[in-house]
Amino acid sequence: MSLTDEQLERYSRQILLKEVGGKGQKKISEAKVFLIGAGGLGSPAILYLASAGVGTLGIVDDDVVDLSNLQRQILHSTETLNQPKIASAQLMVSKMNPDVKVNTYTERLNAENILDVIKDYDIILDGSDNFPTRFLVNDAAFFLKKTLISGSIFRFEGQLTTLKPHDDAPLPCYRCLYPEPPPSGLVPSCQEAGVLGVLAGTIGVMQAAEALKEILGIGETLAGRLLIYDALEMSFRNVRVPKNPTCALCGPKPSITELLDYEISCSLPSPPDDSLDA
Amino acid sequence: MSTVRIPTPLRGLTDGQGKVIAEGESIAALIDHLDMSYPGMKERLCDDAGALRRFVNIYLNEEDIRFYKGLDTPVKPSDEVSIIPAIAGG
Repeated sequence: MSLTDEQLERYSRQILLKEVGGKGQKKISEAKVFLIGAGGLGSPAILYLASAGVGTLGIVDDDVVDLSNLQRQILHSTETLNQPKIASAQLMVSKMNPDVKVNTYTERLNAENILDVIKDYDIILDGSDNFPTRFLVNDAAFFLKKTLISGSIFRFEGQLTTLKPHDDAPLPCYRCLYPEPPPSGLVPSCQEAGVLGVLAGTIGVMQAAEALKEILGIGETLAGRLLIYDALEMSFRNVRVPKNPTCALCGPKPSITELLDYEISCSLPSPPDDSLDA
Repeated sequence: MSTVRIPTPLRGLTDGQGKVIAEGESIAALIDHLDMSYPGMKERLCDDAGALRRFVNIYLNEEDIRFYKGLDTPVKPSDEVSIIPAIAGG
Protein backbone atom coordinates (compact mmCIF):
# COMPACT_ATOMS: atom_id res chain seq x y z
CA MET A 1 0.00 0.00 0.00
CA SER A 2 1.50 3.36 -0.94
CA LEU A 3 0.55 6.76 0.37
CA THR A 4 -1.57 9.08 -1.77
CA ASP A 5 -0.57 12.70 -2.39
CA GLU A 6 -3.26 13.78 0.01
CA GLN A 7 -1.96 11.44 2.70
CA LEU A 8 1.60 12.65 2.14
CA GLU A 9 0.38 16.17 2.78
CA ARG A 10 -1.89 15.27 5.69
CA TYR A 11 0.88 13.45 7.54
CA SER A 12 3.77 15.58 6.24
CA ARG A 13 4.74 17.00 9.62
CA GLN A 14 5.34 13.57 11.07
CA ILE A 15 6.72 12.05 7.86
CA LEU A 16 9.37 14.79 8.11
CA LEU A 17 10.63 13.17 11.30
CA LYS A 18 13.39 10.77 10.34
CA GLU A 19 12.12 8.33 12.97
CA VAL A 20 8.83 8.17 11.08
CA GLY A 21 9.31 8.87 7.37
CA GLY A 22 7.18 7.27 4.67
CA LYS A 23 8.00 3.80 5.97
CA GLY A 24 6.83 4.66 9.48
CA GLN A 25 3.68 6.29 8.17
CA LYS A 26 2.85 3.04 6.39
CA LYS A 27 3.33 1.16 9.65
CA ILE A 28 0.95 3.60 11.32
CA SER A 29 -1.67 3.21 8.60
CA GLU A 30 -1.46 -0.57 8.81
CA ALA A 31 -1.68 -0.61 12.63
CA LYS A 32 -4.74 -1.83 14.52
CA VAL A 33 -5.24 -0.35 17.96
CA PHE A 34 -8.00 -1.32 20.37
CA LEU A 35 -9.31 1.12 22.97
CA ILE A 36 -11.06 0.00 26.12
CA GLY A 37 -13.44 2.87 26.78
CA ALA A 38 -14.22 6.07 24.88
CA GLY A 39 -14.27 8.17 28.04
CA GLY A 40 -11.77 10.51 29.68
CA LEU A 41 -8.64 8.63 28.59
CA GLY A 42 -10.04 7.10 25.42
CA SER A 43 -11.18 10.46 24.02
CA PRO A 44 -7.80 12.16 23.64
CA ALA A 45 -6.07 8.90 22.74
CA ILE A 46 -8.59 8.20 19.96
CA LEU A 47 -8.35 11.75 18.60
CA TYR A 48 -4.56 11.70 18.38
CA LEU A 49 -4.31 8.16 17.04
CA ALA A 50 -6.91 9.00 14.39
CA SER A 51 -5.20 12.23 13.43
CA ALA A 52 -1.86 10.39 13.17
CA GLY A 53 -3.51 8.04 10.67
CA VAL A 54 -3.71 4.76 12.61
CA GLY A 55 -5.45 2.52 10.06
CA THR A 56 -7.90 0.69 12.29
CA LEU A 57 -9.28 1.70 15.67
CA GLY A 58 -11.43 -0.73 17.63
CA ILE A 59 -13.45 0.96 20.37
CA VAL A 60 -15.54 -0.70 23.05
CA ASP A 61 -17.89 1.26 25.30
CA ASP A 62 -21.38 0.36 26.46
CA ASP A 63 -22.26 3.81 27.76
CA VAL A 64 -24.15 6.82 26.37
CA VAL A 65 -22.91 10.40 26.38
CA ASP A 66 -23.97 12.18 29.56
CA LEU A 67 -23.74 15.91 30.19
CA SER A 68 -21.37 15.28 33.10
CA ASN A 69 -18.93 13.54 30.69
CA LEU A 70 -18.28 16.61 28.58
CA GLN A 71 -15.97 18.30 31.10
CA ARG A 72 -13.23 15.86 30.02
CA GLN A 73 -14.45 13.44 27.33
CA ILE A 74 -13.53 15.60 24.36
CA LEU A 75 -14.60 13.10 21.71
CA HIS A 76 -18.19 13.84 22.59
CA SER A 77 -20.15 17.07 22.41
CA THR A 78 -23.41 18.71 23.34
CA GLU A 79 -24.69 17.59 19.95
CA THR A 80 -24.16 13.91 20.74
CA LEU A 81 -25.72 13.93 24.22
CA ASN A 82 -27.60 10.71 25.01
CA GLN A 83 -26.13 8.94 21.99
CA PRO A 84 -24.01 5.82 22.43
CA LYS A 85 -20.40 6.88 23.00
CA ILE A 86 -19.19 4.61 20.23
CA ALA A 87 -21.52 6.36 17.74
CA SER A 88 -20.30 9.73 18.92
CA ALA A 89 -16.69 8.53 18.66
CA GLN A 90 -17.21 7.18 15.17
CA LEU A 91 -18.77 10.45 14.03
CA MET A 92 -15.89 12.55 15.39
CA VAL A 93 -13.20 10.29 13.91
CA SER A 94 -14.88 10.27 10.49
CA LYS A 95 -14.99 14.07 10.53
CA MET A 96 -11.35 14.29 11.52
CA ASN A 97 -9.79 11.63 9.31
CA PRO A 98 -11.71 9.53 6.80
CA ASP A 99 -8.62 7.31 6.34
CA VAL A 100 -9.32 5.64 9.68
CA LYS A 101 -11.52 2.58 9.89
CA VAL A 102 -13.43 2.44 13.18
CA ASN A 103 -14.84 -0.83 14.50
CA THR A 104 -17.24 -0.38 17.38
CA TYR A 105 -18.34 -2.75 20.12
CA THR A 106 -21.13 -2.06 22.61
CA GLU A 107 -21.01 -5.26 24.62
CA ARG A 108 -19.54 -5.14 28.10
CA LEU A 109 -16.25 -7.04 28.03
CA ASN A 110 -16.17 -10.25 30.04
CA ALA A 111 -14.24 -13.49 30.23
CA GLU A 112 -16.49 -14.99 27.56
CA ASN A 113 -16.08 -12.40 24.83
CA ILE A 114 -12.86 -10.42 25.34
CA LEU A 115 -10.42 -12.74 23.55
CA ASP A 116 -12.57 -12.79 20.46
CA VAL A 117 -13.08 -9.02 20.49
CA ILE A 118 -9.41 -8.02 20.82
CA LYS A 119 -7.65 -10.85 18.99
CA ASP A 120 -7.23 -9.04 15.66
CA TYR A 121 -5.61 -5.92 17.14
CA ASP A 122 -1.90 -5.25 17.67
CA ILE A 123 -1.99 -2.95 20.68
CA ILE A 124 -4.55 -2.47 23.45
CA LEU A 125 -5.06 0.83 25.30
CA ASP A 126 -6.82 0.51 28.62
CA GLY A 127 -8.81 3.58 29.60
CA SER A 128 -11.47 1.73 31.57
CA ASP A 129 -12.97 3.04 34.79
CA ASN A 130 -12.97 -0.01 37.05
CA PHE A 131 -10.64 -2.67 38.47
CA PRO A 132 -12.49 -5.78 37.22
CA THR A 133 -12.08 -4.61 33.62
CA ARG A 134 -8.44 -3.68 34.17
CA PHE A 135 -7.54 -7.15 35.46
CA LEU A 136 -9.61 -8.86 32.75
CA VAL A 137 -7.92 -6.81 30.02
CA ASN A 138 -4.47 -7.51 31.46
CA ASP A 139 -5.05 -11.24 31.58
CA ALA A 140 -6.55 -11.33 28.07
CA ALA A 141 -3.69 -9.27 26.64
CA PHE A 142 -1.20 -11.64 28.29
CA PHE A 143 -2.88 -14.76 26.90
CA LEU A 144 -2.94 -13.23 23.40
CA LYS A 145 0.59 -11.75 23.69
CA LYS A 146 -0.65 -8.21 22.97
CA THR A 147 1.08 -5.08 24.18
CA LEU A 148 -1.12 -3.26 26.71
CA ILE A 149 -0.78 0.44 27.45
CA SER A 150 -2.48 1.08 30.76
CA GLY A 151 -3.51 4.56 31.91
CA SER A 152 -5.54 5.48 34.96
CA ILE A 153 -6.56 8.67 36.71
CA PHE A 154 -7.88 9.76 40.08
CA ARG A 155 -8.63 13.35 41.07
CA PHE A 156 -5.32 15.12 40.28
CA GLU A 157 -3.10 12.09 39.80
CA GLY A 158 -2.46 9.77 36.89
CA GLN A 159 -0.54 6.55 36.28
CA LEU A 160 0.78 5.17 33.02
CA THR A 161 2.72 2.08 32.04
CA THR A 162 3.31 -0.15 29.03
CA LEU A 163 2.95 -3.87 29.62
CA LYS A 164 4.50 -6.51 27.37
CA PRO A 165 5.17 -9.59 29.47
CA HIS A 166 5.43 -11.65 26.26
CA ASP A 167 8.64 -9.81 25.31
CA ASP A 168 11.96 -11.68 25.35
CA ALA A 169 13.27 -9.26 27.97
CA PRO A 170 11.74 -10.03 31.35
CA LEU A 171 9.00 -7.39 31.45
CA PRO A 172 6.03 -7.20 33.84
CA CYS A 173 2.27 -7.51 33.43
CA TYR A 174 -0.27 -5.47 35.43
CA ARG A 175 -0.43 -8.23 38.05
CA CYS A 176 3.34 -7.94 38.59
CA LEU A 177 2.63 -4.32 39.55
CA TYR A 178 -0.65 -4.88 41.42
CA PRO A 179 -1.28 -8.60 42.07
CA GLU A 180 -4.99 -8.33 42.85
CA PRO A 181 -7.81 -5.79 42.69
CA PRO A 182 -9.04 -4.28 45.95
CA PRO A 183 -11.68 -6.48 47.58
CA SER A 184 -15.17 -5.20 46.91
CA GLY A 185 -15.50 -4.11 50.56
CA LEU A 186 -12.81 -1.49 49.99
CA VAL A 187 -14.27 -0.12 46.80
CA PRO A 188 -16.86 2.38 47.94
CA SER A 189 -18.94 3.12 44.89
CA CYS A 190 -19.07 3.23 41.14
CA GLN A 191 -19.78 6.93 41.26
CA GLU A 192 -16.82 8.95 40.17
CA ALA A 193 -14.72 10.51 42.89
CA GLY A 194 -14.02 13.59 40.82
CA VAL A 195 -11.24 14.26 38.37
CA LEU A 196 -9.60 17.30 36.82
CA GLY A 197 -10.60 17.12 33.16
CA VAL A 198 -7.19 18.00 31.76
CA LEU A 199 -5.64 15.14 33.73
CA ALA A 200 -7.51 12.72 31.47
CA GLY A 201 -6.07 14.60 28.51
CA THR A 202 -2.51 14.41 29.78
CA ILE A 203 -2.58 10.69 30.49
CA GLY A 204 -4.69 9.76 27.43
CA VAL A 205 -2.38 11.63 25.08
CA MET A 206 0.64 9.93 26.62
CA GLN A 207 -1.06 6.56 26.05
CA ALA A 208 -1.36 7.53 22.38
CA ALA A 209 2.33 8.52 22.34
CA GLU A 210 3.30 5.13 23.76
CA ALA A 211 1.14 3.40 21.14
CA LEU A 212 2.75 5.30 18.27
CA LYS A 213 6.23 4.47 19.59
CA GLU A 214 5.28 0.80 19.82
CA ILE A 215 3.93 0.87 16.24
CA LEU A 216 7.07 2.59 14.96
CA GLY A 217 9.48 0.66 17.16
CA ILE A 218 11.22 3.85 18.24
CA GLY A 219 12.43 5.37 21.49
CA GLU A 220 12.09 3.99 24.97
CA THR A 221 8.63 3.04 26.15
CA LEU A 222 7.36 2.74 29.71
CA ALA A 223 7.75 -1.06 29.65
CA GLY A 224 9.22 -1.92 33.06
CA ARG A 225 8.44 1.52 34.49
CA LEU A 226 5.42 3.23 35.98
CA LEU A 227 4.98 6.94 35.38
CA ILE A 228 3.17 8.88 38.08
CA TYR A 229 1.89 12.32 37.21
CA ASP A 230 0.73 14.75 39.88
CA ALA A 231 -1.06 17.71 38.31
CA LEU A 232 -1.11 19.71 41.57
CA GLU A 233 2.67 19.47 41.97
CA MET A 234 3.17 19.35 38.21
CA SER A 235 5.59 16.52 38.77
CA PHE A 236 6.35 13.41 36.79
CA ARG A 237 8.05 10.51 38.53
CA ASN A 238 9.13 7.07 37.38
CA VAL A 239 9.41 3.96 39.50
CA ARG A 240 10.78 0.66 38.35
CA VAL A 241 8.36 -2.21 37.76
CA PRO A 242 10.25 -5.50 37.59
CA LYS A 243 8.70 -8.71 36.40
CA ASN A 244 7.46 -10.56 39.48
CA PRO A 245 9.07 -14.02 39.43
CA THR A 246 6.11 -15.37 41.39
CA CYS A 247 3.39 -13.60 39.36
CA ALA A 248 0.21 -15.68 39.39
CA LEU A 249 -0.33 -14.91 35.70
CA CYS A 250 2.97 -14.42 33.87
CA GLY A 251 5.35 -16.16 36.29
CA PRO A 252 6.86 -19.58 35.63
CA LYS A 253 4.29 -21.35 37.83
CA PRO A 254 1.04 -19.54 37.08
CA SER A 255 -2.07 -20.20 39.15
CA ILE A 256 -4.22 -18.11 36.79
CA THR A 257 -4.53 -20.11 33.59
CA GLU A 258 -7.86 -18.84 32.36
CA LEU A 259 -9.79 -15.57 32.39
CA LEU A 260 -11.59 -14.56 35.58
CA ASP A 261 -14.55 -12.22 35.93
CA TYR A 262 -14.27 -10.10 39.06
CA GLU A 263 -17.55 -8.72 40.28
CA ILE A 264 -18.10 -5.02 39.93
CA SER A 265 -19.35 -4.05 43.34
CA CYS A 266 -21.22 -0.81 43.75
CA SER A 267 -22.33 -0.91 47.34
CA LEU A 268 -20.77 -0.60 50.74
CA PRO A 269 -22.36 -0.27 54.16
CA SER A 270 -20.39 2.86 55.09
CA PRO A 271 -18.02 4.22 52.51
CA PRO A 272 -14.86 5.91 53.79
CA ASP A 273 -14.14 9.47 52.62
CA ASP A 274 -11.54 8.36 50.18
CA SER A 275 -11.48 5.38 47.96
CA LEU A 276 -8.76 3.64 46.05
CA ASP A 277 -11.18 3.38 43.15
CA ALA A 278 -12.24 6.15 40.86
CA MET B 1 13.36 11.21 59.36
CA SER B 2 12.39 10.25 55.85
CA THR B 3 10.11 11.93 53.36
CA VAL B 4 7.02 9.94 52.47
CA ARG B 5 5.01 10.75 49.38
CA ILE B 6 1.29 10.34 49.92
CA PRO B 7 -0.88 9.53 46.90
CA THR B 8 -4.07 11.44 46.15
CA PRO B 9 -6.43 8.73 47.47
CA LEU B 10 -4.79 8.86 50.93
CA ARG B 11 -4.42 12.63 51.29
CA GLY B 12 -7.70 12.78 53.15
CA LEU B 13 -5.71 11.37 56.09
CA THR B 14 -2.89 13.93 55.83
CA ASP B 15 -4.92 17.14 55.55
CA GLY B 16 -4.24 17.18 51.85
CA GLN B 17 -0.46 17.01 52.20
CA GLY B 18 1.32 15.17 49.39
CA LYS B 19 4.60 14.86 51.30
CA VAL B 20 5.00 14.13 54.99
CA ILE B 21 7.89 13.28 57.29
CA ALA B 22 8.03 10.00 59.19
CA GLU B 23 10.51 8.20 61.36
CA GLY B 24 11.51 4.54 61.33
CA GLU B 25 14.43 2.31 60.53
CA SER B 26 12.31 -0.04 58.45
CA ILE B 27 9.25 0.38 56.27
CA ALA B 28 7.14 -1.36 58.95
CA ALA B 29 8.35 1.06 61.64
CA LEU B 30 7.76 3.97 59.34
CA ILE B 31 4.17 2.85 58.71
CA ASP B 32 3.58 2.55 62.48
CA HIS B 33 4.92 6.08 62.91
CA LEU B 34 2.78 7.37 60.05
CA ASP B 35 -0.25 5.76 61.66
CA MET B 36 0.40 7.61 64.92
CA SER B 37 0.53 10.96 63.09
CA TYR B 38 -2.26 10.10 60.66
CA PRO B 39 -4.57 7.55 62.27
CA GLY B 40 -6.05 5.09 59.82
CA MET B 41 -3.03 5.06 57.53
CA LYS B 42 -1.88 1.58 58.53
CA GLU B 43 -5.30 0.08 57.90
CA ARG B 44 -5.29 1.53 54.42
CA LEU B 45 -1.86 0.09 53.64
CA CYS B 46 -1.86 -3.25 55.46
CA ASP B 47 -4.35 -6.08 55.84
CA ASP B 48 -5.50 -7.62 59.16
CA ALA B 49 -2.46 -9.91 59.19
CA GLY B 50 -0.17 -6.89 58.85
CA ALA B 51 0.90 -7.67 55.28
CA LEU B 52 1.02 -4.95 52.66
CA ARG B 53 -2.25 -4.93 50.72
CA ARG B 54 -1.94 -6.42 47.25
CA PHE B 55 -3.16 -3.32 45.43
CA VAL B 56 -0.82 -0.93 47.25
CA ASN B 57 2.88 -0.62 46.51
CA ILE B 58 5.56 1.09 48.54
CA TYR B 59 8.71 2.27 46.83
CA LEU B 60 12.02 3.04 48.47
CA ASN B 61 13.31 5.72 46.13
CA GLU B 62 12.51 4.10 42.75
CA GLU B 63 12.40 0.47 43.85
CA ASP B 64 9.41 -1.61 44.96
CA ILE B 65 10.02 -2.88 48.52
CA ARG B 66 8.46 -6.25 47.60
CA PHE B 67 11.65 -6.90 45.64
CA TYR B 68 13.83 -5.93 48.63
CA LYS B 69 12.79 -7.22 52.03
CA GLY B 70 9.16 -6.15 51.99
CA LEU B 71 8.06 -4.37 55.16
CA ASP B 72 11.43 -5.24 56.77
CA THR B 73 13.29 -3.21 54.15
CA PRO B 74 15.66 -0.83 56.01
CA VAL B 75 15.14 2.90 55.51
CA LYS B 76 17.81 5.59 55.76
CA PRO B 77 16.94 9.21 56.58
CA SER B 78 18.01 10.30 53.10
CA ASP B 79 15.59 7.87 51.44
CA GLU B 80 12.34 8.93 49.87
CA VAL B 81 9.44 6.56 50.36
CA SER B 82 6.45 6.61 48.00
CA ILE B 83 3.10 4.98 48.53
CA ILE B 84 1.48 4.12 45.20
CA PRO B 85 -1.91 2.41 45.18
CA ALA B 86 -3.67 1.07 42.11
CA ILE B 87 -6.13 3.60 40.72
CA ALA B 88 -8.84 2.71 38.24
CA GLY B 89 -10.41 5.88 36.90
CA GLY B 90 -10.57 6.43 33.20
